Amino acid sequence: MRAAHAGALAALTVLLGCQSAPPDLVVVLPGANGHTGTVVVERGSQRTVLDKPYASSASGSGSPAPAQLSEQEVRKTFGATLATMPERPAFFLLYFITGTDVLTDQSKGELGRMLAELKRRQAPDILVIGHTDRVGQDDQNDRLSLQRAERVKADLVSQGLPADRIRAAGRGEREPLVPTADGVDEPRNRRVEINVR
Amino acid sequence: MRWTVAITAAVFAAASAFASDPGDVGQIKTVRGTVHVERGAQRLAATPGMNIRQSDSLVTGADGAVGVTFLDNSLLSLGPGSTLAIDRYTFDSTTHAGQFDASLKKGTLAVVSGRMVKQSPDAMRVRTPSSVMGVRGTEFAVKVD
Repeated sequence: MRAAHAGALAALTVLLGCQSAPPDLVVVLPGANGHTGTVVVERGSQRTVLDKPYASSASGSGSPAPAQLSEQEVRKTFGATLATMPERPAFFLLYFITGTDVLTDQSKGELGRMLAELKRRQAPDILVIGHTDRVGQDDQNDRLSLQRAERVKADLVSQGLPADRIRAAGRGEREPLVPTADGVDEPRNRRVEINVR
Repeated sequence: MRWTVAITAAVFAAASAFASDPGDVGQIKTVRGTVHVERGAQRLAATPGMNIRQSDSLVTGADGAVGVTFLDNSLLSLGPGSTLAIDRYTFDSTTHAGQFDASLKKGTLAVVSGRMVKQSPDAMRVRTPSSVMGVRGTEFAVKVD
């Protein structure tokens, strides 16, 4: 009788153990841009709003109130995870001498800094989009914008970046960075945009 | 300017699928130790540059960790001994509307939310066996024991 009782109790414990979900912990991190966002955690009818750096909520705590963790505690639990986060997508602008696919002297310097950043990345996806100012005909500008993008792509490839991970496209004068009337020689519109992720 | 950025994003999102399948929604960028992608009955060894699809699961070994970048620039990483299912991922590169649902079965996950959450605060949900997290534009981390 006693043995049967103990057996039933053990079975019940196993059953409860199977049914209860593994406990979890959620923590909000300070954003890289200095802004901390919000995570709303829902567990059944319980709702917890986390909107401060290192505010956390644990399913086993039984309380809906956020608990404040230290940066050290978060590093200890999530250090290896955070260390594997991919590089953030980045965006660069390079400018050209009017009517050509030749970079301005300042942008030649910028190209070097950009290369270092691109080479640091594993499996980069690089998109190079060329643009022109509004001087000249549309079809000429379409060609020039693509020529600028292809020239920058060739520079990147000659520096050892993989060609199959770089795409070049030309947008002509359709997307001026600085809106102008047609025919205006605006240096900031003679550019390529480089997106990497 | 805003328009330019939106178009650039659209072109970029379209372009990132250029050498790959239209079903690809993200790409593995960092791999440490043992990491697998489970796709249906397949179990694929993860490598940097490998594409990820909706309904894939990411599984890291005891020595493993992995980082993934998605079409809307959402980023996530998994620590050792983790399993994450990509339940649903849609993203419209023109409107930035989308839905990202993922389930952490076990282990550790860190997330940097992307463009779709900026566009619509309820676009991303992360589930654990006992919780649902709604993401309102932020960086956060989750652990399931």
